[in-house]
Amino acid sequence: MSKNESMTMRLVNWIVAATLAFVLTPVWAQETPVAPAVDHSQMDHSKMDHGSAPAAASASTGNAMDHGNMQGGTAPPDARDPHAYADGLTFDAHQHMIHADQNSFGSLLVDRLEAVRTPDATHGAYDLQFRYGRDYDRAVLKAEGEFADGRLEDAHTELLWSHAVAAYWDTQLGVRYDSGADPGRGWLAFGIQGLAPYWFEIEATAYVGDEGRSALRLHAEYELLLTQKLVLQPRLEANFYGQKDAERHLGAGLSHLTFGLRLRYEILREFAPYVGVEWAGQYGGTADFAEAAGEDASQIRWVAGLRFWY
Amino acid sequence: MKRVTNTPPVALPRRRFIQGLAAGGLALGALPWLGAAAARAPAATALGTAPVLTGTEFDLTIAETAVNITGKPRMATTINGTMPGPTLRFREGDIVTIRVTNRLSVDTSIHWHGIILPYQMDGVPGVSFPGIAPGETFTYQFKIVQSGTYWYHSHSGMQEQKGMFGAIIIDPARGETIRADRDYIVQLSDWTDENPHRILSKLKMQSDYYNFNQPTAGDFFRDVGSMGLSAALARREMWNQMRMNPTDMADVSAHTYTFLINGVTPAGNWTGLFRPGEKVRLRIINAGAMTFFDVRIPGLKMTVVQADGQNVEPVEVDEIRLGVAETYDVIVTPKDEACTIFAQSMDRTGFVRGTLATRAGLSAPVPAVDKAEPLTMGDMMGAMDHSAHGAAAAVDHSMHGGAPAAVDHSMHGGAPAAVDHSAHAGMAAAATSLAKPSTTVRHARTEYGPSTDMRVDTPRTNLDDPGVGLRNNGRRVLTYADLRTVGGSVDKRIPSREIELHLTGNMERYVWSFDGVEFGKSTPIHFRLGERLRVILHNDTMMTHPIHLHGMWSDLESPDGEFLVRKHTVNVQPAQRVSFLVTADAPGQWVWHCHLLIHMDTGMFRQVVVS
Repeated sequence: MSKNESMTMRLVNWIVAATLAFVLTPVWAQETPVAPAVDHSQMDHSKMDHGSAPAAASASTGNAMDHGNMQGGTAPPDARDPHAYADGLTFDAHQHMIHADQNSFGSLLVDRLEAVRTPDATHGAYDLQFRYGRDYDRAVLKAEGEFADGRLEDAHTELLWSHAVAAYWDTQLGVRYDSGADPGRGWLAFGIQGLAPYWFEIEATAYVGDEGRSALRLHAEYELLLTQKLVLQPRLEANFYGQKDAERHLGAGLSHLTFGLRLRYEILREFAPYVGVEWAGQYGGTADFAEAAGEDASQIRWVAGLRFWY
Repeated sequence: MKRVTNTPPVALPRRRFIQGLAAGGLALGALPWLGAAAARAPAATALGTAPVLTGTEFDLTIAETAVNITGKPRMATTINGTMPGPTLRFREGDIVTIRVTNRLSVDTSIHWHGIILPYQMDGVPGVSFPGIAPGETFTYQFKIVQSGTYWYHSHSGMQEQKGMFGAIIIDPARGETIRADRDYIVQLSDWTDENPHRILSKLKMQSDYYNFNQPTAGDFFRDVGSMGLSAALARREMWNQMRMNPTDMADVSAHTYTFLINGVTPAGNWTGLFRPGEKVRLRIINAGAMTFFDVRIPGLKMTVVQADGQNVEPVEVDEIRLGVAETYDVIVTPKDEACTIFAQSMDRTGFVRGTLATRAGLSAPVPAVDKAEPLTMGDMMGAMDHSAHGAAAAVDHSMHGGAPAAVDHSMHGGAPAAVDHSAHAGMAAAATSLAKPSTTVRHARTEYGPSTDMRVDTPRTNLDDPGVGLRNNGRRVLTYADLRTVGGSVDKRIPSREIELHLTGNMERYVWSFDGVEFGKSTPIHFRLGERLRVILHNDTMMTHPIHLHGMWSDLESPDGEFLVRKHTVNVQPAQRVSFLVTADAPGQWVWHCHLLIHMDTGMFRQVVVS
């Protein structure tokens, strides 16, 4: 392992640790009745925000508007007890009507089902999320992959327990399995998913695998409404690996960075064809593997596909 | 001078939402009640008017009935086969017996909205009674102790959205004091061809699914052109930073809804007849599931004489906003051969119209739907500059980037509308006396978690605000500050305590709650039998919520603790804090909820126990 690679590896490990810290911070903030000795009306807004938007809030605070205390934060010690008006009354088990807040909902979002045109060939790609559960706790299946000639080339599939910890943020805990043409890899997954200020949809997940492997995946999406039905979706994804995995042609450090722009037309909200362009780069050892195999380390791809959900 | 035509007006915009069948009614049975209505005195004839049942014994049958509102056949949940269900005409002092038979395949129920009765008769499944199982008949029996205009509807599942509602008129025991030559029910509703449960699933997936009025890149560049880049950015910054949408005024829009008057589409043109010079009483009922209606009759003043069934000091207005479940009775004296009753949805995506005419077949010009006006900073933050200006509740309009948000107090005539905020200067003093509602904001500790996307620390208490979309529209719009119940408050006691309840939600997750706690995780609220207590409703969301307390009146008061009006449903605007007094004189188990059907179903619901 070159000196360069081991440094990258340390960097990735550090990022993984930082992500885990991010994941755990809001949990801690929710579960622990933190009692800062501050007057409710004069709360330090920067302190209050750490529970709401772990990924991006810190970057956006310091804004001139005095509204940091309108979202997130932790309850002050003198906050009202929502059950105080019950005077100790509870429900008879048989007399409690059931509303939708106690029901489970299922949904399937196929964010990308597309044909990808590279300079050399055309292959297919998919990216979907299936969710099932109640408002604050649900199972999430995330599947992303590429296929060509009816064969799965590369697939990452995750099964996660998604738990709401703040207004816009869920923590996720579960497993990931990588499959396809290369040998399979199993991972434990820990991450966050949510909506950052300015409407950025964020996913950040850290993975720990066999033999000391670690990985990190960062994903950001935005939806720019050109009209009420024509939506431009920029999409950024970065993958990092803690160590080289020759069998899967991965080097240590940043392996893939993909930036895409997709323009979709929502015939229905839940049914939208799109076209787009994607710039996909491979880096470090991963790029070396690609070049050794006669591929370009980075390429421009054209995509056309369908986004739909139910 | 009004143009009167004999044909449907060509001015109707050719949008999907105004289409619908000409008659807009039930497909089966060839509108049987029309024949019956027509057979009575011609004066009472009105297309689409439900049959009127009178007496003390009533039989109602709940069933699925075919309906065709938009051109596509659908099944409605109906009462005695009509939508709206029959109008029940009670007499104050009578004991009524109502047998409700369930011909559905699922449980049903009927709640008598705003009617004071024993809790076992209130019709809330799981609270008042077990509900009415398929094939069963439940007999409601209660004494009528009030008079006025009310309504009734299912309290089970989404049956109300599917057409299960009707009007109630109660004649006063000592004779009607409101004089009118004609008396019409104007029952507003929102019909969808979609399965209401599917609507909820969609909102859970994408809460702005039905909003096609969202800020776009084009709007941004237009703003840059008109106000410059920095102002255009500033106007958006806070909304975007907080992940709030200033055009989020209705969760469900005319994208799926067709709005109806008495079950009739705009094209069907429900018509109420009058003779020139007659005074016409309109009993306007918002029987919608999710829609706030802004009602006006262009060219005519409406004199409001009753609110939520209770007589009020007459007040003359041009326009009234009705929250879901609110009722207002107005007197109008039409001068022309025909005039349009125009009800547009608060989000300005659609409307329904009907006509008051001297003979059938007439119609009058139909105004265009107003342009949707975005929510303002005041709707988000209430009285913002709290720290800078002491306790003054003035909203800083300089932030609005040109949005015409300021409430023009001069338009409110002689109504004592302007809130005297100086009275609030001493926040601490308010806590020591219960004569006035406290102004100290107390968020629940459960408002700091995933259920709640924002909290308002500086609420506004301006009851004279007609609300978003109605400010400075050049019309005299009714506000709560205009209303005075005739005779004042029945119970003049100073409240012995306060209950502060926050209206909360998370639009992104599409969850709604009180105090950040959905019904499923809540505990009952206890009212001590006989007490007079104050309820403070504090809206920590950006939507207006019509809050309905069952079984007891909500005596709305001014921010200074002055009694205004007795209501069964109280609208609370975004970032607003309102208070009302309750006399807990009705022992038993009741419920308390947002009357937006899906908000109720997703958790903005509480049980109340009076003991």
